[in-house]
Amino acid sequence: MYPFKYHKAATVRGAVAILKKAEEPKLLAGGQTLIPTMKQRLASPKALVDLAGAGLSGIEQKGRTIVIGAMTTHAEVANSAVVQAAIPALAKLAGHIGDPQVRHRGTIGGSVANNDPAADYPAALMALGATVHTNKRKLAAEEFFAGLFSTALDEDEIVTKVAFPVPGKAGYVKFPNPASRYAIVGVFVAKKGRSVRVAVTGAGSDGVFRHEAMEEALGKRFNPKSLDGIATPAGNLNGDIHASAEYRAHLIGVIAKRAVAAAA
Amino acid sequence: MTVTAIGSAVRRKEDHRFITGKGQYTDDINRPGQTHAYFLRSPHAHATLKKVDIARAKTMPGVVAIYTGDDVAADKVGGLICGWMIHSKDGTPMRAGPHPILAQGKVRYVGDHVAVVVAETLAQAKDAAEAIDVDYGVLPANVDTAGAQAKGAPEVHSEAPNNTVYDWHIGDKAATEAAFKAAKHVTKLDIVNNRLVPNAMEPRAAVGEYDAGNDALTLYTTSQNPHVARLIMSAFLGIAPEHKLRVIAPDVGGGFGSKIFVYAEETVCVWAARKCGRPVKWTADRTEEFLCVAHGRDHVTRAELATDAEGKITGLRVKTIANMGAYLSTFASSVPTYLYATLLSGQYAIPNIYAEVDAVYTNTSPVDAYRGAGRPEATFVVERLVEAAAREIGMDPAAFRKRNFVSKFPHQTPVIMNYDAGDYKASLVKAMDMADVKGFGKRKREAAKQGKLRGLGYSTYIEACGIAPSQAVGSLGAGVGLWESAEVRVNPVGTVEVLTGSHSHGQGHETTFAQLVSSRLGISIDNVSIVHGDTDKVQFGMGTYGSRSGAVGMSAISKALDKIEAKAKKVAAHVLEAAEADIDFKDGQFTVKGTDKSVDFGTVALNAYIAHKFNPQELEPGLKEGSFYDPTNFTFPAGCHICEIEVDQETGVASIVKWTAVDDFGNVINPMIVEGQVHGGIAQGVGQALLESAIYNKDGQLVTASFMDYAMPRAHDLPSFDVGMTVTPCPSNPLGIKGCGEAGAIASPPAVINALTDALGTENVPMPATPQVLWQVIQRQSKMAKAAE
Amino acid sequence: MPTVTLTVNGRQVSADVDARTLLVQFLRENLRLTGTHVGCDTSQCGACVVHVDGKAVKSCTTFAVQCEGADVVTIEGLAKDGKLHPMQEAFREHHGLQCGFCTPGMIMSAVDIVNRKGAVDEATIREELEGNICRCTGYHNIVRAVEAGALAMTGKAPARQAAE
Repeated sequence: MYPFKYHKAATVRGAVAILKKAEEPKLLAGGQTLIPTMKQRLASPKALVDLAGAGLSGIEQKGRTIVIGAMTTHAEVANSAVVQAAIPALAKLAGHIGDPQVRHRGTIGGSVANNDPAADYPAALMALGATVHTNKRKLAAEEFFAGLFSTALDEDEIVTKVAFPVPGKAGYVKFPNPASRYAIVGVFVAKKGRSVRVAVTGAGSDGVFRHEAMEEALGKRFNPKSLDGIATPAGNLNGDIHASAEYRAHLIGVIAKRAVAAAA
Repeated sequence: MTVTAIGSAVRRKEDHRFITGKGQYTDDINRPGQTHAYFLRSPHAHATLKKVDIARAKTMPGVVAIYTGDDVAADKVGGLICGWMIHSKDGTPMRAGPHPILAQGKVRYVGDHVAVVVAETLAQAKDAAEAIDVDYGVLPANVDTAGAQAKGAPEVHSEAPNNTVYDWHIGDKAATEAAFKAAKHVTKLDIVNNRLVPNAMEPRAAVGEYDAGNDALTLYTTSQNPHVARLIMSAFLGIAPEHKLRVIAPDVGGGFGSKIFVYAEETVCVWAARKCGRPVKWTADRTEEFLCVAHGRDHVTRAELATDAEGKITGLRVKTIANMGAYLSTFASSVPTYLYATLLSGQYAIPNIYAEVDAVYTNTSPVDAYRGAGRPEATFVVERLVEAAAREIGMDPAAFRKRNFVSKFPHQTPVIMNYDAGDYKASLVKAMDMADVKGFGKRKREAAKQGKLRGLGYSTYIEACGIAPSQAVGSLGAGVGLWESAEVRVNPVGTVEVLTGSHSHGQGHETTFAQLVSSRLGISIDNVSIVHGDTDKVQFGMGTYGSRSGAVGMSAISKALDKIEAKAKKVAAHVLEAAEADIDFKDGQFTVKGTDKSVDFGTVALNAYIAHKFNPQELEPGLKEGSFYDPTNFTFPAGCHICEIEVDQETGVASIVKWTAVDDFGNVINPMIVEGQVHGGIAQGVGQALLESAIYNKDGQLVTASFMDYAMPRAHDLPSFDVGMTVTPCPSNPLGIKGCGEAGAIASPPAVINALTDALGTENVPMPATPQVLWQVIQRQSKMAKAAE
Repeated sequence: MPTVTLTVNGRQVSADVDARTLLVQFLRENLRLTGTHVGCDTSQCGACVVHVDGKAVKSCTTFAVQCEGADVVTIEGLAKDGKLHPMQEAFREHHGLQCGFCTPGMIMSAVDIVNRKGAVDEATIREELEGNICRCTGYHNIVRAVEAGALAMTGKAPARQAAE
């Protein structure tokens, strides 16, 4: 690891101030992706701004919306009675990110800001139509995610919370990579009124994406059978040693059905 | 005081330090004034070193020294050796290229050692390594096992034309050909035995230290056999003469073969410690471990089995290409030859066997023994052939096995081995019973209703452990003897220290060995300590590998105990004022036949040292005996594993629903420890069959160089195991032990694949059978079914 | 260099550290608590698991400076007054270890599982051990140990008796 200067921010405003003046800074949330990357000298920020003390943690229900602070850990989301009652699929998703130790430190804000194409949260944000709150603005999930490892965030912009509208029903199923346990394919389905959203993570060569053909079919009838015969073109999918694009395309169909069946 | 009997599941003595965090692994050791080594490794699989300029790096903060291949050459440090000579068919010796500890002129795999930086901190060493200016002349890489000998394939070593280290054979070619000509049926399989990375959880590490006052070196290292490491470093590398080099292998966090070998890194640490006058420490990170530990397996094989009209096997024929990687590691040459082809008879009476093995160089990490070493590869060939043959000729696979089992002992195979004892039918029958094979049909039908394909696979394996006797292995090319040493020191108060040449890195020797002593001398197991892993304490030893510690290492202890008992009887005779011939020894008491006179072991020990009751001119004081034990034969553990598996047709995910293992290890000292060895072996074999694969891309980059890409079995990948035993004591050693360390890893891969081929209805299921692979097989099968309609 | 002050195994410690010092380095190198091990670089193997403020974390993926004011417990701090923790006892009783390298992390994770979930069944244990890799045991006896340790921790049975 290369040396860096460590800053601990007491407020979001304080963090922004450090971001603006520090040389090549990076925000430190849970660090569960960033630290291994730095250890392998694949990332070399000259300064880290730790958000742990910036008051960004917490879960609350505001009407029909669940608002989760950016520094809320995966374990906190998974075990939250509020999330479990309102969006059980989201609690389940959080409860299967990484492993128990990673869930104790990894945060929702860190995950969405990193936008790893194999991460779980982006699928939930997209399918549930979540809104990402930053210190500057509010962004719909679809505006926020901007392809592999990139987001709409400015350099001095910090994710402060994520607001999830409570769906009628939602389900998430992940097909994990046998080694890393990241998603090879993860499908989040959410039904709100007559509208259905299907978001796929792990598979797209451009990161998380919505599956319009599936949304249309499920909008007519929210049943796994509705997905029969809906193929996913392999052209825009990832291929690696664990799963070719063709296999991923196939898995999307299978996993989507299972997500619909699991929806609650 | 409790005596711990042989056969009792006593809890492990060594555990206290491990469960309290007090183990002492190599990386836990820090020496005063210690520096840190970091190796600059080749990022290319094959390249000439046009320039290695360390001038700028040397000026970096904290740098103590930087060494390259030029320094190694200037110091006349010898190359790493391969200690087993194999001759090709034409009688010529194997063709081995040089293996310098730091590359000289050329690098031959990704991770090859270009230079070492020694610095005050590891971070400084890494920073300086980045400042070394290397000009690589990148050459095309040769990474494909099957294609390594092809015309135009890049040449790894000029000493080995066509990248062929040797082309070796065993068995009677003409007789085998005749058997195939006369066969009623011939089964043919193309088999790839996938390359694995051993991945002991403790990465390799070393600390070298120089004592200038005595001109002596100490090396702490993660070794399964510190004496062999010292011997090689002294005799072949010229690091220091043996009496000036102490090698200590403290607690070692797993080895599985990978810590048998002498590698560049620990050699460099001890060499550099003298050069720079400071202790030098190196600990591999996991990616270094992936790149530079010796890998395992990597065979490509064409295998054929001939059967007659009665379903009797009449011949077996094999052609194997074995990947050695870029250099010959310490025992690499023996693995695909004498540890592989000699096991091709399996548990079966096969009259004719012929095997050809070509060993090839490629631009990949060296390949050497990994848990089972050759025997898993042989077992996979034999057990896949047998299963496929039974199905092809329409026989039940269990019945086919029974028909062909060796049932009379001793049994001489056509490939050297002389099986001394076993009851193969007994373990098969017991395993079938435990696995409820009778109820399988019903379970399969029920699974089908849930959309799951269920299969059942057998593996009736045999292995050869405790490689011996030395004279025989010497005639086959081994550079060392394969005996073991033991020294039993009885202290004046009757406590005992056993110095053994075996090395424990998870096997529980501190308990099992003490158990033997406790039961033999009738003293508490708490009064016995086992000393190992330090060349200054133990005079010499061959170390632990090939499931040899019980059969060979404990037999040496047993022999030394015989001598202790004999001498103690002499002392007891004086103490009891009786004739030596009248002294009996049982349960820790010396008694005089036909009297009630007795004295306990501790009192006799004390008398041996105070020497008041006997004439030291006739009987030496003290009570300490040693033994070098060389067995009369290999041992032949065998057994039957049955895997029941379910495949999700939609995703290709395979789940093992039931695992039954019935093993015959001969006599068992501690069944708890033996079962633990079986569990671990099965897990590694299941890893090979379902998850693990070291994959190089065409440029020779290891794609699976971390746990992010190389899938290690986790708890939820495995079921609990149903483990049973049968016992036929081994006649070739005094304890009747056969060895248990590798059995699980040898038995399990074919059990898994036989279950999958049963479930999927095709013999073509490669390893690792990942979900993607199985999904592809299912697709292929359904296409073929459609085409047939 | 930033100063970090934290409690480790009940003892307050303070040191000036390079900001890039990982918690595991701080424990092993500064405090010489070498029971916490490093088995990988990618946060997979779990040999480095310790408790930070009562929760299991990977100390190889945590900076020491992030632990300012935290209460850290390592394998060395699990036994109290010379008496083994029931989970340590259960690992020995059920032969839940061989080479011992993954064991400290395994035990710290197991204690955390029971702290969170109480007496757990085999399937849950296997799932919850996702972040810990063992190469020796095949997990069979680790699962037995965690089952027994969980019963002992929750007062349902002593770890030793559970093995009989």
